[in-house]
Amino acid sequence: MSRRVAQIVCAVFGVLMFLLFFSGHPTAKAITLAITTQYWQVIAAFALIVGAVSFVRVNVKAIQRRQDIPFRAIGLLGMISMPVLAIGWGIGGSSPFLWVFENIQAPMQSTVFALLAFFVASASLRGFRARSIPAAILLVSAVVMLLSRSWFESTTSSFLLTASDWLRNYPSMAARRAILIGIGLGSLTTSLRLIVGIERTWLGGSR
Amino acid sequence: MDFGTIIAGLLTLAILTFLYRDNPIYKLAEYLLVGVAVGYALVIAWKSAMVDLLFTPLFGQGDWSLLLPLILGLMMFGRFHARTSFISRVPLAVLIGSGAGAAVPAMLGPRILTQVSGSVTPLVGTDGLPNWSGLIVIVGVLSTLAYFFFSREHRGSLGVASKVGTWFLMIFFGTTFGYTVMSRMSTFIGRAEFLLTDFLHLTR
Repeated sequence: MSRRVAQIVCAVFGVLMFLLFFSGHPTAKAITLAITTQYWQVIAAFALIVGAVSFVRVNVKAIQRRQDIPFRAIGLLGMISMPVLAIGWGIGGSSPFLWVFENIQAPMQSTVFALLAFFVASASLRGFRARSIPAAILLVSAVVMLLSRSWFESTTSSFLLTASDWLRNYPSMAARRAILIGIGLGSLTTSLRLIVGIERTWLGGSR
Repeated sequence: MDFGTIIAGLLTLAILTFLYRDNPIYKLAEYLLVGVAVGYALVIAWKSAMVDLLFTPLFGQGDWSLLLPLILGLMMFGRFHARTSFISRVPLAVLIGSGAGAAVPAMLGPRILTQVSGSVTPLVGTDGLPNWSGLIVIVGVLSTLAYFFFSREHRGSLGVASKVGTWFLMIFFGTTFGYTVMSRMSTFIGRAEFLLTDFLHLTR
């Protein structure tokens, strides 16, 4: 029963949004704006609260089972401290909330992002072998792109930069366009399948 | 050196210890990052969505049309209990249905038609010479699309086209790989500069 209701709601909102796109009436535009800027944001915010509660539950259960106690505790402390700081001192210019973001979250986030450079490079060292024509093309285009964006480029003529720009602007762009067309067609068909009720995996269990 | 720089430097070093191998110091920093990031997202969502978009217009300005998103949002809390979890399907249905409905025209326009029109350029320039680059783009788009066409076996002319398509795809993957590595490298240089200059004062 609940699956049927959810499916009907999905179809109604899908058809409504589709039809509203073709109307230039101010009311139609206002409804589209309300759904995309308010409904989506508000429901997503409530979903985030559900996710945060789930995060607390999972970690508390793990602590009760005596699994990774110091790590789970520090994760919970970090999660709880941010709302506490925001409620206590606000989130403005020199607030402790912003201090934690700038001195704890941002440096660690960018360092994790930077770490990936080493793992991508080491994986490519193992994976990049010119065993076939496609593999050789991949290797050459990657090497040209890497060298053209490094100190090596400044020591040679501008050939590498010209070659990498050409590779990026024409053959690479052609493949990118084809992939984007494919993504567009795939998204279009998936959206239509969702609206007419063929795609039902998002409904989850059987109740 | 201020306290914030000391904390940021120590946490940066803690994350970098993973280059040696997985260890408790890294794990501690990792859990702290996940916790703080969840808390930060929660606060920002509360302020920008709940307060600014919902509570202030609804209770402050009397915009009762926002009762519906409030009710839909509260229905998400049905997830907290197995018996009531089916209620959360309704707000999900609104999100998915309206997203799918909005995606149909959005995908047709900017995604498909813009890419198709951008791929078709004049093959002969104003000087009467052939536009080789434009030809390469058209061949690349068509052959790559042929590679992703699975309704027929890749033999004969379709096989040749899909093979050429893989070459274009390899160039795309190679250039994207190069760009990704270099962007990560520049981030790493930024972190190394912070450590050496602001934290350790080894360079100016």
